[in-house]
Amino acid sequence: MPDAHLRVFRGDSSTEGRFEEFDVPVEEGMVVLDALHWIQGHAAPDLAVRWNCKAAKCGSCSAEVDGRPHLMCKTRLSDFDLEQTITVEPMRAFPLIRDLVTDVSWNYEVNKTIQPFTPPTDVPQEDWRWQQEDIERVQEYRKCIECFLCQDVCHVLRNHETERPFMGPRYLVRAAGLEMHPIDQADRREYLKDSGGIGFCNITKCCTEVCPEHIKITDNAIIPLKERVADAYYDPIGWAWRKLRGGDAESGARAELPVLQGNPPQTDEAPD
Amino acid sequence: MTGIPASLGLPRKPPGTARQGLGATGRLDDWALAPAVQAILFTVCATYLFVSGILFTPLLGTPYEVDGYLSPLFSPLFRPDWLPTWISPGLFILWVPLGFRATCYYYRKAYYRFYFADPPGCAVGEPSLHKRYAMETRFPFILQNLHRLFLYLAFIPLFFLWIDAGVSVVHDGQVRLGLGGAILFVNAFLLTGYSLSCHSLRHIVGGQLDCFSCSRRTRVRYTLWQRLTSLNLHHMAWAWASLIVVTLADVYIRLLAIGAIADPAIRF
Repeated sequence: MPDAHLRVFRGDSSTEGRFEEFDVPVEEGMVVLDALHWIQGHAAPDLAVRWNCKAAKCGSCSAEVDGRPHLMCKTRLSDFDLEQTITVEPMRAFPLIRDLVTDVSWNYEVNKTIQPFTPPTDVPQEDWRWQQEDIERVQEYRKCIECFLCQDVCHVLRNHETERPFMGPRYLVRAAGLEMHPIDQADRREYLKDSGGIGFCNITKCCTEVCPEHIKITDNAIIPLKERVADAYYDPIGWAWRKLRGGDAESGARAELPVLQGNPPQTDEAPD
Repeated sequence: MTGIPASLGLPRKPPGTARQGLGATGRLDDWALAPAVQAILFTVCATYLFVSGILFTPLLGTPYEVDGYLSPLFSPLFRPDWLPTWISPGLFILWVPLGFRATCYYYRKAYYRFYFADPPGCAVGEPSLHKRYAMETRFPFILQNLHRLFLYLAFIPLFFLWIDAGVSVVHDGQVRLGLGGAILFVNAFLLTGYSLSCHSLRHIVGGQLDCFSCSRRTRVRYTLWQRLTSLNLHHMAWAWASLIVVTLADVYIRLLAIGAIADPAIRF
């Protein structure tokens, strides 16, 4: 098997950075992260790479390989033409710390702005009853490993400095998991429209293309959320229908909860 | 609902190191190929449909119906006596499918890439004129949120397309199984698939529910949602197939109408 020729980004936030080239002996089943470990062990011990599980589950080793966002532990060298140079760069949407390590802390700050899981306060947890079909959508969103490849490839985050920030596909997935949870009571549509900037997403599906967990981010999370926002703000027929029925801006679906029938709701006045 | 207020702003993302400028990328694959092919196909079909639906008849007098076949661009046919000859009856119909397709989630993905280069490809740089990016938060693209209204309207011509296809089977008191009729049926079938696989319809039918199992009504909606979801997986294929076939259907009927071809048919 021929050696792999890797071109790896080196540098930190104080320098422009450069590419260094390495020849790495290839063994059966090797992934890009293995090649970087070989480089660390044999040629550049100070090469900075963030990694942890090496099983495509921790989401740490995100980088761009030949210009496309990948988990390096899931990207086999055999997928490349080893006659050609393989270029490995850090995620370009985030500030560089060093070499292949970027500062993704902004994402965690965005996460804090999303209203967390909000179950009804008057139904005891032991009375929650939902079926598999109620939770299947949410289970897809929960597969997310927070590798931030979707955030990296999203052109709104990558190419646009907007007047209002955009939360990005990762957090639209999280918001979808909360909004569609069968017992969650919060209404995040105003937040999604005004603060989260869901209108900035123009559904070009790059996030879906790079997701290592194969979450259909655009079709199953972002578009359904856009439709929920449209329910509340851009649907004159729905608005007229709700007025006729005497309902409010929330969808009628929110009136139904998967709880055990027959138990009276507990109140604050209940005796000790 | 209480909780984190909607007015809570997101922190501004610190700048990254992405290459900027149209086409700037580290990608080595042919990322431009698919958008280029789609652009050509879409532009050819859309331009033909516009010219045929709006200009052909007023300018050239080319007929759009012949021997019981009506071009799908003119269905349902609304041709009042007061309509001047320089206005095509297609004008009354075409804005509906045009609006439906223009606001379609699939076509948005496609044309944002190939017409607006926004982005031209995944992890590919954009033109610098996109700096004041607002996309679907401001006019005109905020109107994309009206997709569901065009969806409702699109079912009207769709209903008449099935009627037209059915009516075309009987001609001059005979049953006629012709190629033209087959094309009209295929066209109606593909447009039905395209409409039923719509993301907005999927949402309205069941996606807007949080609890599918809560009542008999929500369980019925869940079943419908599942069916539409399986169609929705192939929305792109429905979109292209229906666009191409509706174009070919119009071409076929116009060629029949000017006598350039004959309609192979079995009559009894």
